[in-house]
Amino acid sequence: MQPTAQAVGEFRKSSKAPKGRKTENGDCTSLLNCFTADRKNMPLDTLTFVIVSVIKSGITLFILLTAVAYTVWLERKVVGHMQNRWGPTRVGPFGLLQPAADGIKFLFKEDLTPPHVYKPLFIAAPMMAVIFALTSISVIPIGNSFWIGDHPIPLQITDVNIGLLLILGVTSMGVYGVALAGWSSNNKYSLLGGLRASAQMVSYEISLGLSLVGVLIMAGSFSLREIVDSQAGHFWGFIPRWNIFHGQIIGFFCYLMAAYAETNRIPFDLPEAETELVAGYHTEYSAMKFAMFFMAEYANMITVACLATLLFFGGWHGPIFGPRALQVLLPVFWFIAKVFLFLFIYIWVRGTLPRFRYDQLMAFGWKFLLPLSLVNLMATAIAVAW
Amino acid sequence: MSLHLILFLAFGAVCVAGAINLLAQTHPINSALSLIVVMAALAGEYLLLGAEFVAAVQVIVYAGAIMVLFVFTIMLLNAGEEERTKGSRVAVLLGVPGMLLGSVLVAWVVLKHSGTGSVAIGALLGDPKTIGQLLFHDFLLPFEITSVLILIAIMGAVVLASKPQAVQKRRAH
Repeated sequence: MQPTAQAVGEFRKSSKAPKGRKTENGDCTSLLNCFTADRKNMPLDTLTFVIVSVIKSGITLFILLTAVAYTVWLERKVVGHMQNRWGPTRVGPFGLLQPAADGIKFLFKEDLTPPHVYKPLFIAAPMMAVIFALTSISVIPIGNSFWIGDHPIPLQITDVNIGLLLILGVTSMGVYGVALAGWSSNNKYSLLGGLRASAQMVSYEISLGLSLVGVLIMAGSFSLREIVDSQAGHFWGFIPRWNIFHGQIIGFFCYLMAAYAETNRIPFDLPEAETELVAGYHTEYSAMKFAMFFMAEYANMITVACLATLLFFGGWHGPIFGPRALQVLLPVFWFIAKVFLFLFIYIWVRGTLPRFRYDQLMAFGWKFLLPLSLVNLMATAIAVAW
Repeated sequence: MSLHLILFLAFGAVCVAGAINLLAQTHPINSALSLIVVMAALAGEYLLLGAEFVAAVQVIVYAGAIMVLFVFTIMLLNAGEEERTKGSRVAVLLGVPGMLLGSVLVAWVVLKHSGTGSVAIGALLGDPKTIGQLLFHDFLLPFEITSVLILIAIMGAVVLASKPQAVQKRRAH
């Protein structure tokens, strides 16, 4: 048992080494890589590493929760304008303080627990939903590393070499929040919502996973940072080498459909279909517990948008110009702009499409999406092996 | 003690506690949730041993898909609390030590004679490339035979689950 500390050290070195090599070789796909290439790549010692990680987690959590709140605002505003309404206008300019008002309202409302619910799970279910939704953001990189002295600080909480699998695992655990909420509420509408959610999420997870394998074959890695790095550069000098322009358009289509179903959004929002099931699995929830489901849904939307950006739309790659400060900030700007675009599409779809019938949902998932993603996987594998 | 060893022991303790809780709980859904905790803790152990890919697959397949179906079935059948009968005291007095003795014996025999040996924490080569090499190159035939076996099991399940009339009709043809 004594070689543990050595093994850890070896591990950290081996996981850091390829990144350092890539920058030293002058992989000048972006200017940023070039001017960081002369630095030494020194790993942090344990204490500093822990402190930096805690700080990064705090910042990420703050940004994510703010983004969740303002995605709700954006949705209400955009859907309002699509339906010839104004959306929120009363609290603050353009209704911009509406999320704060909603948050205060959720905190101070009476938190009802109906009789005959199964209490331990009734309380645990919303927490599970929100915990898994927030966890999956931890491996998502939002830009290149920046440097403090000789130490690289990647713009993500942690870069693990199974990043994508980790996200898939965590999101697949997210179904328990919904299913257990439906079951523990002791309400037939909630139960139906929970059952629908678990059946739907298990079905579409297969298509979701298969649609991503095409990208994995092209990148040859599970690490999200390496997948983004593999999309650097241009075709014929002007078309970016993003996976979407690199033959993964069917994969992207499958991913988007399956991800919409995974996040229970229109047109796949059967678990909370208000015309049939009152409010589905969260019928019996009020105040902050309801807000937790709400936060989980929007946090999952943001994760899906981030993954679509990273896997198919080149992550933070985009035109980079101007002075040094701008060059550092532009990749992050491109990343956020692309994520924003996907969130807008989410809302657009919600404002446009009706809901599927349940049999249509299952038929679409198993008879259309699954074969399509399998075909995409085979075609990609053959093309890469060629 | 390094942080890894502490974590390894902690995950092991969670795993055992989850397994005991699985047996002790009277409600099926609590037992199913305890089993999920066991699976997740096992994934943590794999991760600490250095088998990241196996850990991720453990969470995705067992905790995220198979256990969802368990919970789904329990919810659908609306299975109630299990009834406790007062078992004989002799069974408890003899059974618990007997079980402990048996498991220790099995563990000892396996460790002594199987030649698996021990592995240092973080020393296992469990990255996706190694696993792929093992599955699709070194052990390709056993892997394919196992998948055929699973396919047969699926077909058997479909036949058993389909309506009896349909089966009879097929037999008549």
